[in-house]
Amino acid sequence: MLWRPCGEHAALLDCDSLAQMTAARATVEAAGVDGIAELVPGARSLLVVAEPGSPALKSVRELLDGADLTHPPTGSPREVTLDVHYDGEDLALVARDAGVSEDDVVSLHTEAEYTVAFTGFAPGFGYLTGLPDALRQPRLESPRTKVPAGSVGIGGEFTGVYPRESPGGWRLLGHTDATLFDPTAERPALFAPGDRVRFRSV
Amino acid sequence: MRALEIVHAGPLALVQDLGRPGYAHLGVPPSGALDADALRLGNRLVGNPEDAAGIEALLGGLAVRAMAPCTVAVTGPLVPVQVDDRHVGSHSAVSLRAGQTLALGRPTDGLRSYLAVSGGIAVEPVLGSRSRDVLSGIGPEPLEDGVSLPLGPVAGVPAGADVVVAPAASERLVVPVVLGPRDDWFTDLVEGLGAWWTVTPESNRVGLRLDGPPLRRANTAELPSEGLLTGAIQIPPSGLPVVFLADHPTTGGYPVAAVVRRGSLGALAQARPGTSVRFRSS
Repeated sequence: MLWRPCGEHAALLDCDSLAQMTAARATVEAAGVDGIAELVPGARSLLVVAEPGSPALKSVRELLDGADLTHPPTGSPREVTLDVHYDGEDLALVARDAGVSEDDVVSLHTEAEYTVAFTGFAPGFGYLTGLPDALRQPRLESPRTKVPAGSVGIGGEFTGVYPRESPGGWRLLGHTDATLFDPTAERPALFAPGDRVRFRSV
Repeated sequence: MRALEIVHAGPLALVQDLGRPGYAHLGVPPSGALDADALRLGNRLVGNPEDAAGIEALLGGLAVRAMAPCTVAVTGPLVPVQVDDRHVGSHSAVSLRAGQTLALGRPTDGLRSYLAVSGGIAVEPVLGSRSRDVLSGIGPEPLEDGVSLPLGPVAGVPAGADVVVAPAASERLVVPVVLGPRDDWFTDLVEGLGAWWTVTPESNRVGLRLDGPPLRRANTAELPSEGLLTGAIQIPPSGLPVVFLADHPTTGGYPVAAVVRRGSLGALAQARPGTSVRFRSS
């Protein structure tokens, strides 16, 4: 783990692994440190932005220096189950590359439990980890210019759901009718970092 | 109801307050007035709390009609301001009677003018802010001719200041930065960032795109996506920097070489295409 400077009021914690980042994020969140403006997880890093004039960066540093990140606070993560129609355009391609049947792809994707590691790309887009090895596949060679809202896809070590219509290069397994992001809702994003997610075939 | 009618929206007029920080972990940019100090000043001039919503007008051209008596002020770069046929100027509080029209000309330098109105623009907030985020499409739609905007209750009295001095935008900016977090991914970074860069017309509220001698990478590794913040100078594979502004994506997969000191973000928000910019590590 290494702290890197990031402007006057922020620092970036370089982590050795996604698991270490997840543990560091959970530790900071559980401690409820005052004066944090933003806590932004990445794939191997955690960005801590402090409110100007607050000692939050120092507090977070001391907290993580003394923390046992191999046993992070687990708390009680929120559990989300998402109903998916597995009718995606790339289902056959994914099955071929995985060397299994399309039904097996659905089984693999629905039997795993995922964790929202970090977000980005669009409001409410979560990068979910926990993908079975056979489904860790490259992105499409040429991204689609239009991926419909609710599309469920896989890309590299992640799976995720497109909150709204957008361009995208992930392989599509299916779609959900759930709303991923609603800025007027009490919980605007269905997926927040740390949430546990399962997919159910319907 | 107290309201303000948009007579002419001009090139681009957006409702902006001080943004919606605190949601980056859900993928929501901070947004808010790019030249936040200018909006704060305007709000003080008309007696509002500094975080009230006003209108950010790109390259002037905005005209509004008061549907009720109100106090207004235009801040940002020096810009001609008229009430009906009378020249009143920017950077001072002006009283409008119901039916009067206030019109902005075109600023001679700078990009973004701010119109503050007593009571503030009172459209429905989204995630705690009335700012229009052009990246995510969150917040009130870009303003169009004929739209009527509700105004909030008047909270205070206009500041006693007569006229405050308008800042002058410079054609050459020297911008202080803090190196990192990924300064070690580049060779001769201090010299590279210290060259004169030119602001390109592709710049917008998401980021300032610069042209100049490309920065050289010290490695060819791929960066796992990591968190971004306003002022981050990201270097895509082209080697040409992007300085992220308020509507920036919350995570990105290209290295950030340095971060602009917060005090200079307003000057960058006013930098027209063609402006020369160099970065100095401090």
